[in-house]
Amino acid sequence: MISCRQLTYRYASGPELAFADLEVNQGATLLLTGASGSGKSTWLALLAGLLPASSGQMTVAGQVLDQLSKINSDAWRARTIGFLPQKLHLSAALTVHDNLELAQWAAGQTTDNSRIAEALTALGVQDLSKRKPSQLSGGQAQRVALARAVLLQPEVILADEPTASLDDEACHAAVSLLSDTAQRLKATLVIATHDSRVKKYLEAVSRPFLDIKLASMPMNASVMSYKINSDVVANLPA
Amino acid sequence: MKTILLSWRYLWSRPLAAGLNLLLLTLGLASITFVLLVSQQITMAFERDLAGIDAVVGAKGSPMQLILSGVFHIDAPTGNVPLAAVRELEKNPQVARVIPISLGDSFRGFRIVGTSFDYPKLYSATLADGTLWTQPMQAVVGSQVARQTGLKVGDSFAGAHGLGAGGESHGKVMYRVSGVLAASGSVLDRLILTATESVWKVHETDTALDAEDQKMLEEERELTLALIQYKSPLAAVTFPRFVNSTTEMQAAAPALEITRLLSMIGVGTDVLKALAGVLLLTAGLSVFIALWSAVRERRADLALLRMLGAPPRKIAGLLLCEALWLALLACALGLLAGQGVMAVAAWTLEAEKSVAISAFVWPIELVLVPVLALGVALAASALPAWEAYRISVFELLQSR
Repeated sequence: MISCRQLTYRYASGPELAFADLEVNQGATLLLTGASGSGKSTWLALLAGLLPASSGQMTVAGQVLDQLSKINSDAWRARTIGFLPQKLHLSAALTVHDNLELAQWAAGQTTDNSRIAEALTALGVQDLSKRKPSQLSGGQAQRVALARAVLLQPEVILADEPTASLDDEACHAAVSLLSDTAQRLKATLVIATHDSRVKKYLEAVSRPFLDIKLASMPMNASVMSYKINSDVVANLPA
Repeated sequence: MKTILLSWRYLWSRPLAAGLNLLLLTLGLASITFVLLVSQQITMAFERDLAGIDAVVGAKGSPMQLILSGVFHIDAPTGNVPLAAVRELEKNPQVARVIPISLGDSFRGFRIVGTSFDYPKLYSATLADGTLWTQPMQAVVGSQVARQTGLKVGDSFAGAHGLGAGGESHGKVMYRVSGVLAASGSVLDRLILTATESVWKVHETDTALDAEDQKMLEEERELTLALIQYKSPLAAVTFPRFVNSTTEMQAAAPALEITRLLSMIGVGTDVLKALAGVLLLTAGLSVFIALWSAVRERRADLALLRMLGAPPRKIAGLLLCEALWLALLACALGLLAGQGVMAVAAWTLEAEKSVAISAFVWPIELVLVPVLALGVALAASALPAWEAYRISVFELLQSR
């Protein structure tokens, strides 16, 4: 579950961003759209515990984030957030298997090869485990990156622009893959994108989702509040 | 996966840079190893051969030459002194022991030294085979001599005039080997010892025209030099002055001359050290640049590791570990290379029958090598590690 109330973030030398109150049930999907500069990255950073909120409260998977110390937030993030970055950032020096092992290393866990095999199998890339990232196609690389994101069975999957530079077919496949993976893990899926096709494909996979459009906001402005339950979200107007 | 293993993979993901840095570091550390070994070995060789000799008395000339020829047997002697004058010294109350040394002949480049039993006793030499000489014209050969010439107990050989190989042979009188010394690492290893009388005998037999001439020669008998041990350390103040001012001979204190010699060699080792220092500095800078560009190149990857939950110290540790791998490898390779060069040097010196140095010894001074390697690694990786420590994950979300 993700919920935020009266959340604001003020940059040291810049505008203060105020965010809409919202509540997303565990296992639901949140589509976060908005032009650049609207605060998408900031909101994601707040969600991942990378930035402390200036005021207000953010609760992710039962954890009130401002109560996390800096060191704990790293461990918490490892357990809770599965991150799929736009450029994937698979380490070129390591094989697919080792890239997943890297996630366990980063989280301070001991290597669990059966878990890695499981995660790769679930995404249908188990045969590629000995390859280097340079030997993967775009789609394969994204599956590997997603396998890495969900390796530690996070409660929230964070996908940052997952469909940028993909053609329609690949875009559709990526959205379905994300949606299916989140459903399998009963994880909350957050997709931050400016790609309007994502919404179309999300509707097509007929999963209830919450669509939030962040607009560039003036100082101290408060935007509309949404409160959606995943069971009823499908009935709401898009 | 362990940080150690991961940093190893990252290190070799750029084999060219890693190889170059390894080479530079290894060269620097090998030079340091070599310099340390050489100074330690030479100092040790000198100290070992000094073996409690307080003074050397010989013909006037360069005191350094006297010491080099008389104690270390690596230079020509300054001349001869009358036997009677040395006998006179034995009566001096400050003198505990006088060991006569007569040089002049050699066998295949190995010096034949006419002396007394006190000389092998000075180095606590033991026999590997046979016995010490019991009469003139018997000889005891050092271990290196035995090994390189194949001489063994019972063999006969003729000495050649002069200290280098290729002198005129004294064919009339043959030496017979009575014993072979056990290897001691001292100067004795490359000497052929015999009774002082043997040396006289060889030359007198060669040059005497008749019995009368022989008698005259016997009266003019000479020694090359004498090694002196004092009864009390106080003698060091007065004895050399006494010899230098009242006799036709000179007395030189080996300890003093060795200090002078080592300080002269020291200039050479200082230059080598400076060179090694420059190499290490270059290596350090090169490692720094490699790590720095690695942090720049992998910035996003490192940020992702942070996103995956790695705390900053773990990221910094990864960089540090990479540098430590380089240091460890270079340290091992540098030590081996340094010892290898040393082995070649030892082999060359042995072939030249010069100062004996041993290869593959590990004196405590070598601790400096891993310490330097560690220091260079830490210094070179400090800034890149700090940069890695400061990497903000937020950049990952903003990179568009």
